[in-house]
Amino acid sequence: MRVQKCKGTCDLTTEEMRRFRLIEGAFRDSCIKWGYQEVRTPTIEYLHLFTSTGTLTPNTLGKVYSFLDWDGWSGERVVLRPEGTIPTVRLYIDEMADKKPARLFYVINTFIFEETGKENREKWQCGVELIGADSVTADVELITLSLEVLKTLGLKNVELKLSHAGLIRALLTGFGLSPEEQGKVFDQILDGDVAVLSRLKAETPDLARLLTPLLEMKGSNAGFLRNLKTLFSRDLPDFIPELDNFIAVAELLTEIGVKYRIDIASGRGFEYYTGMIFQIFKDDVKLGGGGRYNALIPLMGGENAPASGFALQMNTLMNIIEMPPQSGPEINQILMTVTGDRPEAVKSAHNAADSLRKDGFIVSVKVDNEDKSEYKWLIEVSEAAPEFVIYNQTDKGKQTARTIGELLKLLGEKSGS
Amino acid sequence: MAVRIALPKGKLLDETAAFLEKAGWQLNDYSQTMRNYRLKSARFPEMLIKVFQEKDIPIQVAIGNYDLGICGLEWIEELTSKYAASAPVRIRNLGYGKGALYIAASRAPKISAIKDLSMEPDAVRIVSEYPNIAESFALNLRLRRFGVYPVWGAAEAYPPENATLALVAGDTDEKSLNNGLKSFGKVLDFSAYLIANRTSWQQKDLSEVMGTLENVQLEAKEIPGASSIPSIHFTPQVIDKDTVRLALPDGHAQKHTVQLLNKAGIQVDDYPSKTGNRRPTTNLEGVVIKVIRPQDMPLQVANDSFDLAITGIDWLNDHLDAFPSSPVQALVDFKVSRVKIVAAVAGDVPADNIYDYRQFCQKNASSVRIASEYINIADKYARDNRLGMYRVLPTWGATEAFIPEDADILIENTETGSTIARHNLKIIDILFESTAHLIGAKNREYSAVKQTRIANIINLLSKAAESK
Repeated sequence: MRVQKCKGTCDLTTEEMRRFRLIEGAFRDSCIKWGYQEVRTPTIEYLHLFTSTGTLTPNTLGKVYSFLDWDGWSGERVVLRPEGTIPTVRLYIDEMADKKPARLFYVINTFIFEETGKENREKWQCGVELIGADSVTADVELITLSLEVLKTLGLKNVELKLSHAGLIRALLTGFGLSPEEQGKVFDQILDGDVAVLSRLKAETPDLARLLTPLLEMKGSNAGFLRNLKTLFSRDLPDFIPELDNFIAVAELLTEIGVKYRIDIASGRGFEYYTGMIFQIFKDDVKLGGGGRYNALIPLMGGENAPASGFALQMNTLMNIIEMPPQSGPEINQILMTVTGDRPEAVKSAHNAADSLRKDGFIVSVKVDNEDKSEYKWLIEVSEAAPEFVIYNQTDKGKQTARTIGELLKLLGEKSGS
Repeated sequence: MAVRIALPKGKLLDETAAFLEKAGWQLNDYSQTMRNYRLKSARFPEMLIKVFQEKDIPIQVAIGNYDLGICGLEWIEELTSKYAASAPVRIRNLGYGKGALYIAASRAPKISAIKDLSMEPDAVRIVSEYPNIAESFALNLRLRRFGVYPVWGAAEAYPPENATLALVAGDTDEKSLNNGLKSFGKVLDFSAYLIANRTSWQQKDLSEVMGTLENVQLEAKEIPGASSIPSIHFTPQVIDKDTVRLALPDGHAQKHTVQLLNKAGIQVDDYPSKTGNRRPTTNLEGVVIKVIRPQDMPLQVANDSFDLAITGIDWLNDHLDAFPSSPVQALVDFKVSRVKIVAAVAGDVPADNIYDYRQFCQKNASSVRIASEYINIADKYARDNRLGMYRVLPTWGATEAFIPEDADILIENTETGSTIARHNLKIIDILFESTAHLIGAKNREYSAVKQTRIANIINLLSKAAESK
């Protein structure tokens, strides 16, 4: 019998954990510098939290890991969280509803069943929620923060795509579609479903003629949106406030020098959102995205507070970031070996190791027949003078030190060489 | 390799037998009175033919224990609505055994349209023998908050007092719904299907067997089920804070229960009911009664749907193994319906007790398949006895036939051990002995009147249990 990894799960090896921590570190540093505070929600939440908002599709909800807990005789199901926003908003409502705005961030794992088991069913994400702010400045803050994190990670040529859920909703309402139908029909329109398109054209020809310029054309500045405004002002007045909001976001981004692509069709799966939606790609691979979801907090029973957020997909980022060569103390790892097994010598080795660690070195004391080749420095500790013999495995140099003080001085001079 | 097929017990048996007779299979003993669940065909002597509860068949075919199976579409949907990846191939609609699943609520005018429920802030309770289909229905309706209560049967008894909705099977005509239910929409039309395991269908030559089945002409015929009884008995129960809600068992436990009630001087009219009435009346003041499956009682008492119920300690233990903090407790031991809950393995396994069996499994480095109706007892038993890599296969009866092809060990109840012996199995452990009990909930606050009424019922039944 072989020990088997559970299907659809992923081990993070020592190398992958270095990548993970690099991404997490860059993300946390940026968030903290921008005034965001870290939270962590439990892995298990009540299922009704996710069904009650109606923000996840039945298809997604059909793939969550839900079960009856050991005290679940009341029938209340719990779930391994399938995403990060709803738990964070729940925490906000429970613990800090009077804080406005609340700038929150988190690094968590999420769980969604994936049929083939070839993709990860557990995924990690870096998420940010900005609750209690409704302005264009808030939207732009999230976009620029997410781009800064990716820049810190050394990712170049990322593509920012913008869409707008309010605008998509106004269009679909114009077609006479109920909120329940809208998500599905928008997917069908984007998939080029001929039957749906001809039905819309027959029922509302004036609006249908606008679908092509809206969904197929892409723009790279606010001018594109102003052009659309001229087309829609007659047929769809409800469209205009949404479009004006979108124009303001685009103008501000241009002003601060952020490049983007306006692609209304990229708003697929918009049901969660109410306003601006953004997504970030590199070489057509999605790295993350987010947007404004002003309806969520009241739906979850909180007071009427606007909110927006984004998440970066850590599993994707781990595959594409370039790791810097190992630097800092890692390349100066030391292995201490003790000659003989007298307690005094072992004690001396531990004392020396403690002092070196305080100075920032990584020090292991040799156990069993440990392989020495992975270490840059070997230090032999003996009871007789000289107490410390230092071997540099890179240049095969050998030196001696009589005291811990001497040892620290010597290694301090040599480290990094 | 010989072709393996799973055939249904129960409501589809007669017509499936007739169908296979027309196909020229010449089965030795496929009838309602059969003694053994392994059959032989004179036409295909090599074929492995086994009889299962209909509900088990899609699972058996999906996991590849059988190449072919015959069962109702409703059970195929119950599997695939949750586990789409394991979907068996639907080969042919056999046309017989027609019926439909309905989402139903009480006729009492509480709900006007099913759509309104999606805005309901409180949890919507749905009871069903088809919990996966029910869950999928609730998600698609976008119910904000819901709980699906899987039941072994009698789902029609629950609304409106103990559930908002029931997903129930009826005839193709929705007028067939009984016990005061009204349909709010048909969820599925079903009939018997011939199904195949996906891999078998792609890789194994089933053509000779399929050839005999394809040539049979079918006539569509409906099977009158229990739910075809008209809803003449329904009056919603009037329940206030002083009312005691008692659940009595349906099925074979009814005989002992009636004797007990008679001894206790408790009169219950129309129980057992010839018409399928699940709300019998009683001479006890302030007590309302429903007739449900004994398997479902502990959960329903835990959920405060009932105050008292009569069921086996086996089902109480199964409930408590799943939910250790449940408030349900045994109140009176009736010392009747005595069965042993045992662990049994194939007769030729070199182990006479569970310790030997564990060593036998460790030596063979094999994973253990445990078939049981009592999934929580079986799961705990495997954990407590450190059976290593094990899987619990939930079954709905006829478990003896699972060994050796489809399971390695059974957790099963037995009165005399004769069924187990007839299937060449041996008992390696007795888990406990089960008898019928009165159960109730602890730490529940009742009004003084209700407290007295409950104490009175416990007293009457205790005395009846003591008397010879």
